Amino acid sequence: MKLSTWQQSYMNRRSNSFRGLGPLDSSSDTGIKSPSAIFWLILHGLCCLISLVLGYRFSRLFFLLLFSASSTNIYTTPFRSIAEITTKPPPLLDHTLHSPLLNKTASSSRVVVGRHGIRIRPWPHPNPTEVMKAHQIIERVQLEQRMQFGVKAPRSVIVVTPTYVRTFQALHLTGVMHSLMLVPYDLVWIVVEAGGVSNETASFLAKSGLTTFHVGFRQRMPNNWEERHKLESKMRLRALRVVREEKLDGIVMFADDSNMHSMELFDEIQNVKWFGALSVGILAHSGNTDESSLPMELRKENDENPSMPVQGPACNSSNKLTGWHTFNSLPFAGKSAVYIDDRATVLPRKLEWAGFVLNSRLLWKGADDKPEWVNDLDTLDGDIGSPLSLVKDLSMVEPLGSCGRHVLLWWLRVEARADSKFPPGWIIDPPLEITVPSKRTPWPDNPPELSSNEKVVIAGQEQPVKPTTKARTSRSKRSSRSKRKQEARTIDTHASTRHSEQN
Amino acid sequence: MKIWRWVFVGLLFCTALVLRIDAVPTERISGSAGDVLDDDPVGRLKVFVYELPSKYNRKILQKDSRCLTHMFAAEIFMHRFLLSSPVRTLNPEEADWFYTPVYTTCDLTPNGLPLPFKSPRMMRSAIQLISSNWPYWNRTEGADHFFVVPHDFGACFHYQEEKAIERGILPLLQRATLVQTFGQRNHVCLKEGSITVPPYAPPQKMQAHLIPEKTPRSIFVYFRGLFYDVGNDPEGGYYARGARAAVWENFKDNTLFDISTEHPTTYYEDMQRAIFCLCPLGWAPWSPRLVEAVIFGCIPVIIADDIVLPFADAIPWEEIGVFVDEEDVPNLDTILTSIPPEVILRKQRLLANPSMKQAMLFPHPAQPGDVFHQVLNGLARKLPHDKSVYLKPGEKILNWTAGPVGDLKPW
Repeated sequence: MKLSTWQQSYMNRRSNSFRGLGPLDSSSDTGIKSPSAIFWLILHGLCCLISLVLGYRFSRLFFLLLFSASSTNIYTTPFRSIAEITTKPPPLLDHTLHSPLLNKTASSSRVVVGRHGIRIRPWPHPNPTEVMKAHQIIERVQLEQRMQFGVKAPRSVIVVTPTYVRTFQALHLTGVMHSLMLVPYDLVWIVVEAGGVSNETASFLAKSGLTTFHVGFRQRMPNNWEERHKLESKMRLRALRVVREEKLDGIVMFADDSNMHSMELFDEIQNVKWFGALSVGILAHSGNTDESSLPMELRKENDENPSMPVQGPACNSSNKLTGWHTFNSLPFAGKSAVYIDDRATVLPRKLEWAGFVLNSRLLWKGADDKPEWVNDLDTLDGDIGSPLSLVKDLSMVEPLGSCGRHVLLWWLRVEARADSKFPPGWIIDPPLEITVPSKRTPWPDNPPELSSNEKVVIAGQEQPVKPTTKARTSRSKRSSRSKRKQEARTIDTHASTRHSEQN
Repeated sequence: MKIWRWVFVGLLFCTALVLRIDAVPTERISGSAGDVLDDDPVGRLKVFVYELPSKYNRKILQKDSRCLTHMFAAEIFMHRFLLSSPVRTLNPEEADWFYTPVYTTCDLTPNGLPLPFKSPRMMRSAIQLISSNWPYWNRTEGADHFFVVPHDFGACFHYQEEKAIERGILPLLQRATLVQTFGQRNHVCLKEGSITVPPYAPPQKMQAHLIPEKTPRSIFVYFRGLFYDVGNDPEGGYYARGARAAVWENFKDNTLFDISTEHPTTYYEDMQRAIFCLCPLGWAPWSPRLVEAVIFGCIPVIIADDIVLPFADAIPWEEIGVFVDEEDVPNLDTILTSIPPEVILRKQRLLANPSMKQAMLFPHPAQPGDVFHQVLNGLARKLPHDKSVYLKPGEKILNWTAGPVGDLKPW
């Protein structure tokens, strides 16, 4: 039977996932154009005309509500826009019942078909107490996840850090401290300080809130790298003796204060049984050496064989330890830093301490379950290049981080100039009186021969002009101002002489 | 005497050890029908599959193969499973249940949505065929037959709720058991004794997007989907009975709620990083979101009044999901944050139960505990048939001419 135009248009709309305008449409199953269909068509046309006049879409619901007698639950007018809803104060909107077709629904259902209001509470914004509660829930869920899928029976981590007081100590130690504060396992931090226990370091340890052992080492830190590496080894051995004395139980790792550790590192070292090795990314920064200073041949060589800056275990295809990747220091021969504040590349040693972790029981005296391939700690003294000296049988070393393929920590050595000063405790007290002119700001009223530590005396020559960084650029501007023309001229001369002095 | 005490202590210790061996802590699931998720239906019932001409099933599928991947694909997979299942019997005399393979939800628009206009006629024609070629329909007028009707409102065969209510369930199916996705209490389109099943969600696609279990769940509430159906309901208020719009208006600036209409490629991965997943009603109360939430371990927050969830007698949904009335949507954040953490952890343990996840899936080939087996379990629980369903000769209950005139046209 031929489909009516009404039904056809309905079908077309269905193909656009149309869901209909509600009970106002006649049933699409009937092919006969009933008088009611014609009536609705006329009403539809009327509504279109009204919409044209009014300028917005006019809902036919209005007519239905006008003519229907059974709707007793109307609290709000039906075609209120959402904007209106949000501005009105009443707490909840009730849904408007709709259409006499409801007779067909089961009488005991409280769910009604039709148009409902959109409920918006008076202040639809987050409540801070609830946000906090939600975060606590999230934390609890994550803790449960860690307990179920993370490391079972995690052991405590014993971190050994050699340090000494210098300008960059605050930078380095803050980084390590924050990393350690984030570790989700029990932690003991052994800090060995060259030059004895100091308040600077002690204040850091107190801020961290971790269990710490602050050990003083009587020797002062030398100012060249060679000696510094040797002293650091001795300091670490001192820390290992602390582990033995206190019978600390856990996994010993070496966190140098300028290194950077990822959080996955602490999860990975939980897998060590006795002695493990990790891959360390070596960040041998070039300091101030330009590329142009390197001879041409060496640069070409670098391009052909870029040295992989990773130190760590090397494995064969069956994931067994077969050797070691060490840092290739040949390209830097003769150009590496010797003194601590040299502007040259600082080179690591063959294998850095940071790439090794060990079970603290290896260090205990007379532990029964200690394997036989371990040297006793007392036999080691002085400068041992890496903790591998503890191990008699190198094949027993466990490669961690999927056999050294994951780099979980980075080695870096950065120190300040030898003459750099910093306020003790990084607290400026008393307030600075000394003004130190920086190179780029010409201070026009200062005589050019002023040195950094002398007080600047502004004699009553001219009115003190506030020195600004804009001095150079606004010279022309200032000269144009009539009031200060005189000063400007003198300023100019001063500025120019000062420039000539500095450049 | 002391020895016995030590033996007793030793025994206790051993049992404690045994119980702790469980690697991932889960909890057993038992619904109102008991601990039935792991039951094996083989041997408890026999199903006879009618051989219908291919115009009812295979030819329709050949016309549009999208029927195999959309959310109504349950009818096709149920047929395939039954054909090769051990519960199938070729002797109808010993069958407890009879299955009619007619694909009523496979007439698709270019967009992929099924048109229900011909479905009543198709179903009626199929029933006429089986009642005239086999005596089993007339024996009970369909009381021991079951049909899979996964469309929006089940056997009401319409996508629009008012129309569906007006039509009601197809009169010829009044006595049969219906396996459908739609479920709402006190609704015309859900008759008593129906088995609600989850919508089809492709299991391989979901397995392909699994992320490691130890990835911490950092999203509090997650939802992706429409809030307003601008094409069909421009004024709002019809779609989802205004509930989705209420969610948007109340929580769009709440950082705990990661809700938007975007279609991210990481949808499945994001669900695995969320604690709660909203499953509000749309045009119909059910949605595949429930299945996805269960598979990915995200606690479903069901916002649909009076909804009947899949396998409601076998799965205690109250203990697994969070039910929020549509009128309480503005207070959703208060409701969710006031759930004690132990309850949340327990829900996650229940969701982690592999039987739970299996019961929502349609794997091929079929595996024990999946949707097919749960349907068969449900059918087995309804056995034995009451003597009263067998009609006396000449007795007629169904009215073959009831329903809209258009339904009576032959298909």
